[in-house]
Amino acid sequence: MKVLLRNPRREVEVPGPLRVGALLERLGVSRETVLVIRGDTLVPGDAVLDDADTVEVRPVISGGQQ
Amino acid sequence: MKCRRCREAAVIELRRHNAAFCAPCFLHHTREQVRKAIDEFEMIGPGERVLVAVSGGKDSLGLWDLLLDLGYQVDGLYLGLGIGDGEGDSGYSRSSGAYTRAFAAARGAHLREVDLPTDLGFDVPTGAAAARRAPCSACGLSKRHLFNAAALEGGYDVVATGHNLDDEAAVLFGNVLRWNTDYLGRQLPVLPAARGFVRKVKPLVRLSEREMAAYCVLKGIDYIVEECPMADGNRHLGYKEALNAVEERSPGAKHAFYFEFLAKASELFRPLAAAEQEGALRPCSSCGAPTTGEVCAFCSLVARATDPERLATVRLGPTRRGGRGRRSA
Repeated sequence: MKVLLRNPRREVEVPGPLRVGALLERLGVSRETVLVIRGDTLVPGDAVLDDADTVEVRPVISGGQQ
Repeated sequence: MKCRRCREAAVIELRRHNAAFCAPCFLHHTREQVRKAIDEFEMIGPGERVLVAVSGGKDSLGLWDLLLDLGYQVDGLYLGLGIGDGEGDSGYSRSSGAYTRAFAAARGAHLREVDLPTDLGFDVPTGAAAARRAPCSACGLSKRHLFNAAALEGGYDVVATGHNLDDEAAVLFGNVLRWNTDYLGRQLPVLPAARGFVRKVKPLVRLSEREMAAYCVLKGIDYIVEECPMADGNRHLGYKEALNAVEERSPGAKHAFYFEFLAKASELFRPLAAAEQEGALRPCSSCGAPTTGEVCAFCSLVARATDPERLATVRLGPTRRGGRGRRSA
């Protein structure tokens, strides 16, 4: 599958089938800090991604002081 | 995984609620969390006019959308910071402004704008370096001052900001690490109006950053995903990282940390914060805003940020705290 990552923007290939939770573990990303997006919707942690899928792993943490 | 509310297929799991939701039920959950925060902390009264501080990011655009959906009278205020707007730079402020204008147009909402470079003569990177402040500090100071001034001028009752649970927990963590007792006494979801200050509210305190990003994706709200280049590696992000490591092992820890503070400890620090402020405020000799000194911190920043001698020094050398060897614009 194609996985789009941000900051910096890049694309990696990961073999499927693979659960979303396992994909995040493989990428070393905490599930509290990202969303996994396929098309225009979200994919939960137990969903299985196939080789043909394209997903975005979008970070949700923003910085700056108050 | 099934939605807790309707048993349809879920699109998001929220471990701290031990729940999963489908898209429509998640949007309902998000609106209810905002409604609950507004009611619980008496943030906005009937008929009051709200000015929401918007940056083009998920939290502020999501907040604007939620308040409109909940039926409040809300206008937006966007502050152009001049970040990354030099030739060959990231174009961060240009992009964030474009997302904000597109949202306002799509919702038919009224957007006000203030542009630091055009209206006040400096951008955040250069101004911060000239004033010898960290960029995030100069940015935060400018936002607090200008949002309040615009609200007073426009006759708004309330300024609403997109600070979410992660923001509040990270600030609390930083204040506890240093036992900043006066800040702890003022860290509340509502800061009441006072002479020269409009009431400030944070309706997203019951929602995490992940929930706000999910809200925007599911609602089809386009926002700037890229992080502000000035915030890279700052202390606040480090606190969030630490708290998320705890949350990963103990879902609900951030919520408990912040809301148990409000319920059990916040009151203890309030007299310290009040004593710090009591009788000390007078009008700034330059702009009239309440301040503890002769000139308020914002007017002092503007004076330094536009001082030709200081600017000449900045343009010759690297910024003091611009981060990672970055040079000013």
